[in-house]
Amino acid sequence: MTSPIDMTETTTNTAPLLEVRGLGVEFQTRGGTAHVLEDIHLQLRRGETLGLVGESGCGKSITALALMRLIPQPPGRITSGQILFEGKDLLQLPEAQMRRVRGNRISMIFQEPMTSLNPAYSVGDQIMESVRLHQGLDAQAALARAIEMLEAVGIPDAAGRVHQFPHQFSGGMRQRVMIAMALACQPDVLIADEPTTALDVTVQAQIFDLISEMRERTGTAVLLITHDMGAVAEMTDRMAVMYAGRMVEEGPTDLILSRPSHPYTQGLIACAPGRNPQSHGQPLQEIPGTVPSLLERQGGCTFADRCSHTQPRCRTHVPPSTWVQSGHRVMCWLYPDSEGARA
Amino acid sequence: MMTAPPLTPDMPIQPQQKTVSTLSPWREAWRVFRGNKAAMLGLVSLILIMLVMVVGPAWYAVDPFGIVATPFHEPFVDSRYWLGSDYLGRDIVAGMLIGGRATLLVGVSSAAITVVIGISVGALAGYFGGWIDVSLSRLTELFQVLPALLFAMVLVTLFQPSLGVVICAIGMVSWTGTARLTRAEFIRLRGLEYVNAARTMGAGHWRLIWREILPNAMAPLIVSATLVVGVAILFEAGLSFLGLSDPNVMSWGMMIGANRRHILECWWAVTLPGAAIFLTVLSVSLVGDGLNDALNPKMHLR
Amino acid sequence: MVAVLAINFTLIHAAPGDPASVIAGEMGGGDQAVIDSIKKAYGLDKPLPEQFITYLGKSVRGDLGMSYTYNKPVSSLIAERIGPTILLVLTALLVAIVVGTLLGVFASLKPKSFSSAVVTIFSLTGLAMPVFWTGILLVILFGKVWPVMPIAGMYDVRNYGATGWAAALDVLHHLVLPALTLTLVYLAQYSRLARASMLEVLSSDYVRTAKAKGLHQGVVVFKHALRNALMPLVTIAGLQFGNLVSGAVLVETVFSWPGLGTLALDAILGRDYPTLLGVLTFSSLFVITANLLTDLSYHWIDPRLRGK
Repeated sequence: MTSPIDMTETTTNTAPLLEVRGLGVEFQTRGGTAHVLEDIHLQLRRGETLGLVGESGCGKSITALALMRLIPQPPGRITSGQILFEGKDLLQLPEAQMRRVRGNRISMIFQEPMTSLNPAYSVGDQIMESVRLHQGLDAQAALARAIEMLEAVGIPDAAGRVHQFPHQFSGGMRQRVMIAMALACQPDVLIADEPTTALDVTVQAQIFDLISEMRERTGTAVLLITHDMGAVAEMTDRMAVMYAGRMVEEGPTDLILSRPSHPYTQGLIACAPGRNPQSHGQPLQEIPGTVPSLLERQGGCTFADRCSHTQPRCRTHVPPSTWVQSGHRVMCWLYPDSEGARA
Repeated sequence: MMTAPPLTPDMPIQPQQKTVSTLSPWREAWRVFRGNKAAMLGLVSLILIMLVMVVGPAWYAVDPFGIVATPFHEPFVDSRYWLGSDYLGRDIVAGMLIGGRATLLVGVSSAAITVVIGISVGALAGYFGGWIDVSLSRLTELFQVLPALLFAMVLVTLFQPSLGVVICAIGMVSWTGTARLTRAEFIRLRGLEYVNAARTMGAGHWRLIWREILPNAMAPLIVSATLVVGVAILFEAGLSFLGLSDPNVMSWGMMIGANRRHILECWWAVTLPGAAIFLTVLSVSLVGDGLNDALNPKMHLR
Repeated sequence: MVAVLAINFTLIHAAPGDPASVIAGEMGGGDQAVIDSIKKAYGLDKPLPEQFITYLGKSVRGDLGMSYTYNKPVSSLIAERIGPTILLVLTALLVAIVVGTLLGVFASLKPKSFSSAVVTIFSLTGLAMPVFWTGILLVILFGKVWPVMPIAGMYDVRNYGATGWAAALDVLHHLVLPALTLTLVYLAQYSRLARASMLEVLSSDYVRTAKAKGLHQGVVVFKHALRNALMPLVTIAGLQFGNLVSGAVLVETVFSWPGLGTLALDAILGRDYPTLLGVLTFSSLFVITANLLTDLSYHWIDPRLRGK
């Protein structure tokens, strides 16, 4: 790993709240071992919003699950790396302590609000469960808190609806309930895994607004996983781009969006319809080729087959991460770093 | 030939197959079935049992009803009567061999009747919907409410107990399960696009049912059919155990039932036929499970 | 439901052949005069629809006719015998449900482990064993090899007339084997079903959410997952309880347990039509009631069905 140039001048904290170093995850499948994540590194600061983007299947959700240590261990396995939360490596924690982190210090909301709530219990019960477990509130206090949270996320008549069941809420409302549940214990980090992908377009905007609002209120850091570049542009301070299980580019959002360095990032942004007013009426751009198999790992950069700027060493050596500017790094041979290659 | 590895969340679709799998779903299912050791074991043992049933009595021509030895003759003692004799002195081996035929015959035939009635009722109800569905469903409910074994017992007694009657009786009380399954499948399938497509091309009802929907409903139905065979065998065994089956035909259940009062003296006469029933049904179940795994695409993802 | 009941009656009544000649035949005489007098005594000379109406009227009032063989009112016979059968089936069901569900849950938690395989094998074999054979095996085991439990009847004849605690214990003692036999069969079904149902539920999204909330594994499994996995189990339990009599017949016969099953069998063999009809009707009624109860319990289990 290259030694980083100091890039912390934008915030007052020196150490990131959550830092992922060299994370690797494998899955055992019938076809062989799939290298789902390789050498992932991320940083999330207190109160910051980090966007994690990439096309379907690049490993974004797995990264999120890995952060919570929710990867099902029989087929999956965390092979390497550290996940430092406030300086402590989560991967080394005994399960009992990890449970105290989940839902309490780090919360997560998922993509499918329709199925992510238990149909057999009321929404109030499910929120209360979290609060009673982590904060030790008694039933009355927990109920009050649940109602408070429901109001905060914009559920009308919260006191009346707190005893209703998930099926009595629409998709957008259920996602609001999920958010309420996740933030009930005032976690330091909220991981939002494609929270709007399964919702109607009109509702999507509302949910993003809600997340922004809650973030303002509580100062929670947010890891927003999405493939909606518009949301990334609006909501995130920094962003990270993933491709086929590897990090490709990471840095401040406006910087990356205005001057993307990695060929893949450039492609992604060009693909987003409507970004460039001059491209109206023209055929949609696409990146030629398809995502490579995670089973057969060739040496070298994973994007090599589809990149229009490949050099010979792109196929043989994995590009190291290079700091293009402060706080902005790329993993691409186009920006070689003086320390040489790494296979 | 490489098959696509199962998809896990977040895994990209595999674009670079070296060769494309060209097996039809049936051949593919057979391939999976063959790999399933338990299912193959069941199939093999089932075939063995059937062979013995067919060949055995011809080769070992002893009348199972004939009294050939002293009663309660113990097994493995006398080479003339390998498995001993029962309380009347009848040869157990003969009983086992002939009994198998009856058991299997009844089992398979009644399963066939069950399936035929069940599929017909279910298909018509599921396909047409409306008042046909309502009335057929009421009919199904009615038959479902009847206590199965009891009713079969009554039917058999009322009309002279012969194998045919037994087969029909079992069929009459068992078809409701198949009917419900078929109906559910038809309802599911008739809403699919390709059915509409076929209809717009001018296919009539009959053709739609037979050619378009039914073949696709076959998978769960086949699995269900194997289970029905197992159930039917047990059913027949129960009936003949109670003495309600055809008294002229020896079956395993009958052997157990006949010797019921002499269990303690003559344990082999009841244990062995029971073991035979058990093995047969077990084999059928294994095959059924294997078919379930093979034909049900969901299972491949695990 | 009521409509089903009515159709039910019709069907049952359509079934029997001419009882009178059969009875006469059993009594050894086929003389027409004898047959006629029998018919008169049992009201069989009236046209069939009239018979049916009479029967319907009487049975609504609880009078199911007189048994040919026992010469007692059928309803009292049923009342006598229902107790033992319910005792037997209920015990077996309860044990099977509790143990089976637990087994199924544990098997589902480690899908590829040894214990899971054991459960699967156990349920496969359990389902393949004819219930009467299992019973007989147990009889042999406890009759010859290890005489600890009584193998027949419900009471010890010597204790006839005893009441209170001693009688209850005696019955329990006799209950063990038949209940065990029946339990084994039900157990096989439940553990299999529980395992399959739990496996499906455990892979659902809300279980993932529960884990993400930091809940303990035990809580996740038993509170969140199990509740949702119950549906198919309840369905089957209801069905099996409803099928009370049918299910018990074979076991009762093996163990000479004086329940409805043996009553039915005797009635069939003895051509005792009123009794038989009574038992059949009663069983059907029982099934319908059990189904109703099961439907009602769905409402309690699955909130999605409430308020409809």
